[in-house]
Amino acid sequence: MLDDTRKSNHLPLTAGVGYKPQHFSDILENAGPVGWLEIHAENYMGDGGRPLAQLRHMAERFPISVHGVGLSIGGEGPLDADHLDRLKQLIGWLNPASFSEHLAWSTHGAEFLNDLLPLPYTDASLARICDHIDQVQTHVGRQMLLENPSSYLAFAESTWSEPGFLHEVAQRTGCGLLLDVNNVFVSATNLEFSPQGYIDAYPLDLVGEIHLGGHDEDEDDHGKPLLIDSHGREVVDPVWSLLDYVLERSGPKPLLIEWDTDVPDWPILRAEAERGQAALERVPA
Amino acid sequence: MTVTQDQFRAALLDSAQAVPEGLLDANHGPAGRRFNVYRNNVAVSLTEAMHQAFPVVTKLLGAQNMDGLAGIFLRQHPPSSPLMMHYGEAFPEFLTGMQQLSHLGYLPDVARLELALRRSYHAADSTPISPEALAIDPEMLMEATIEFAPAMQLVRSEWPIASIWTFNTQDGSPKPQAVTEDVLITRVEFDPEPHVLPSGGAEWIDALMAGKTIGEAHEIAEGLSPGFDLGATLALLLQGGAIITLTTKG
Repeated sequence: MLDDTRKSNHLPLTAGVGYKPQHFSDILENAGPVGWLEIHAENYMGDGGRPLAQLRHMAERFPISVHGVGLSIGGEGPLDADHLDRLKQLIGWLNPASFSEHLAWSTHGAEFLNDLLPLPYTDASLARICDHIDQVQTHVGRQMLLENPSSYLAFAESTWSEPGFLHEVAQRTGCGLLLDVNNVFVSATNLEFSPQGYIDAYPLDLVGEIHLGGHDEDEDDHGKPLLIDSHGREVVDPVWSLLDYVLERSGPKPLLIEWDTDVPDWPILRAEAERGQAALERVPA
Repeated sequence: MTVTQDQFRAALLDSAQAVPEGLLDANHGPAGRRFNVYRNNVAVSLTEAMHQAFPVVTKLLGAQNMDGLAGIFLRQHPPSSPLMMHYGEAFPEFLTGMQQLSHLGYLPDVARLELALRRSYHAADSTPISPEALAIDPEMLMEATIEFAPAMQLVRSEWPIASIWTFNTQDGSPKPQAVTEDVLITRVEFDPEPHVLPSGGAEWIDALMAGKTIGEAHEIAEGLSPGFDLGATLALLLQGGAIITLTTKG
């Protein structure tokens, strides 16, 4: 359990974007409402060169959120000690405003599978994830936020609801939560539950950051909609509506637009951030 | 009905395997092709990583052929670390083992060059010495040792790999000739650049990297390549900011 005094979250209550190197000059020229940037931790674990130079430059101008995609917190095996050290080193010199990871696994034995893979919500997985988060927060020396996944299928063995599971993890470890509203919408469509019901059950007071991104549409074997979290297009209107539903209940939160594949020119991403900022400004503080 | 990560992983990388029981759709039926989302995510993201890592190999093979090769490679050699910037280290060896590519003998070395360029891109920053630092008593200079920048890389080849690389990345470059090319990669600020070394240059740099003095390295290089052009090699290193310390005796 993390000591309260070591919790820190200084991301501003504005829109932010996932930082892409191709937007470096554009952001410096006209960031629009973008008040902070998020990076994928693993892309900045090299020893030097342009990626780190750009990051140092941006970190002097914007609060930075470090978002890990490779820790495999839900893995059955132990956490990768080398990777924990790399995270500690990055977070040590960068001193970011926020640090987050996923409720997922990606490493199996010596293999890194480069995707956020799902896990069952059971007492056993709960205990394992809490151990891993304790280890991360102790090693890195600060609180982390845990993000809800996009689900394409369910585990027969699950005994917890996802919001209940996340709430319990946060209570046991003192971690905060990163609420990905698009992921809720994707999972709700794929697994046929009410996204508003999910939000009603979710501990919004523990949310340190919100994610929004675009998804693709496919079909399952029975012709039912199968949404895929691709981060490759604009956020769809029903997800913006779900964001409003969240913000009415949570109040303003740091709000990130993610766009990771088929990355558009800066004005298109900035327009998404503007729409996010407008949603935040509609909400009484 | 538990699904272990062992079972999940086995089905993930082998689409001939059945989707593990215990994975369901919304109506408690089998997950079926929903599982393919994960299969696709892994295969597509790793294939994309291979395209980004080896743009010239991709161009030489054609994108579709590269997709096919990457699909085989990623199953034989999944990443061993979350640092995707280093993914593909086993690719040159893999290419060497592909019999249907044996007519493209230069391909593995072109892949080695692309790996080395990427290592250079992500290597630690360093401060080079100024060329004036070499303006010391010639005998002292011959007894000095050199430390190279982390971004400096050396790739030796029986093929004209630098020319092939340049021909496929820069418009108007001359057609590669049938020569061997040892390549020195230097990075002045952020962008690694390949240079063809004069004959003996790679041996000279190798010897210095092994801790030999400039004079000892020169003897080795001269022995293997009579007439070795020390000045031209040194100029490439100095212009590329590749020498970061010169240690003289005493």
